[in-house]
Amino acid sequence: MNIPQDKTGEGGVIITKLDDLLNWARLTSLFPMGFGLACCAIEMMGAYASGYDLDRFGIIPRASPRQSDVMIVAGTVTFKMADRVRRLYEQMPEPRYVISMGSCSNCGGPYWEHGYHVVKGVDRIIPVDVYVPGCPPRPEALIGGFLRLQEIIRQETIREPRAVQQIMARRMEKGMTNEELIMNNGESVSTNDGAEVVNEKSVEGPTTSEASEEQNPVA
Amino acid sequence: MTFGEIKDFIVAQFGPEGIVSEHTDNLQPYLVIQTERLAEVCLELHDNEATYFDFLSSVTGIDNGPEAGTMEVVYNLYSIPYDHSLMLKVIVPRNNTPEEPIPVVPTVSHIWRTADWQEREIFDLLGIIFKDHPDMRRILCAADWEGHPLRKDYQLQDYYHGIKVPYDQHNENSGFRGEPVKLTSHEEPFTDKRAKPEV
Repeated sequence: MNIPQDKTGEGGVIITKLDDLLNWARLTSLFPMGFGLACCAIEMMGAYASGYDLDRFGIIPRASPRQSDVMIVAGTVTFKMADRVRRLYEQMPEPRYVISMGSCSNCGGPYWEHGYHVVKGVDRIIPVDVYVPGCPPRPEALIGGFLRLQEIIRQETIREPRAVQQIMARRMEKGMTNEELIMNNGESVSTNDGAEVVNEKSVEGPTTSEASEEQNPVA
Repeated sequence: MTFGEIKDFIVAQFGPEGIVSEHTDNLQPYLVIQTERLAEVCLELHDNEATYFDFLSSVTGIDNGPEAGTMEVVYNLYSIPYDHSLMLKVIVPRNNTPEEPIPVVPTVSHIWRTADWQEREIFDLLGIIFKDHPDMRRILCAADWEGHPLRKDYQLQDYYHGIKVPYDQHNENSGFRGEPVKLTSHEEPFTDKRAKPEV
């Protein structure tokens, strides 16, 4: 067709930054892992369903951690479940994000003092990107959490990818050489050792290069 | 059968020494049974056509604390055809230190299968061993958990698999981990689009 494109200004080429393109692709196709722990999961399912329709944000639950970008910790994390949550998080490919949904996974919730069986905040196990308050949060709050996460992803740049930063931070901390790092694939040598895990957690937290400035939150 | 008739039935079957004490001044009267004879008393109450307690409503453990030095297990029996019920108790000495022997109560799980998991729960949370139980493991807490949480003198362990267990205000002191100070590029990320323009 003979469309005068110079008049409409609609050229066939879009010019954008590569960062913006990658971030846009990533933040508009956030695939959460389909798992829930307690009553927060009911609200999460309500958010998935047609009434709130998280699908319109490109958020589709996946059945496997290997295919997931974001983990929604929806519910009470007991010590019995803590090992499983950590295992699932380790099975997710980078870049990965965590939304802590509800008071229980934020800080222990109603079990904060006398609940012998509840982990006092899932951030004692895995690094959390967004905390959604509420008991349980309404689906709108979860959507708000996702919008916050999108804002975080929008700030990312391929020149400072988070996964590489974490590996670098780990290497800095342990004084490992390049060869050792490649041998161990950037992970700590033994994840079963408690002290190792605690050390590993402290470097995975921040999203930007503020890693060294952050206080180690592990008591 | 009334409570008195059931008590007379037990005395007739097992002699007066089978019943340690009788409490009728409270709303639900109960009998304290000799601990070592609990299983045979329960079996007779279950099998005999006069009582026929075919339903074990609940099994509960009670810790009376280190001062009292006793623990109790309470059995609530119910007979569906006769519509009568009975509460039985056994009282066992408590081990105030780990060196003392752990309290032992005979199991009734071979009489009522519902007692199987309830006795496991009592073992998990209170630390009462049920003798001859087919599967005396923890049921709720993790298998390598330390201590029995519903004991009066229970102390939380400091770490479980490298995770700190007690609440220590770590979020107040060090902030929520992983949350950057500045989340968005601008102060108001979600402006209210319905706001009226200033005239």
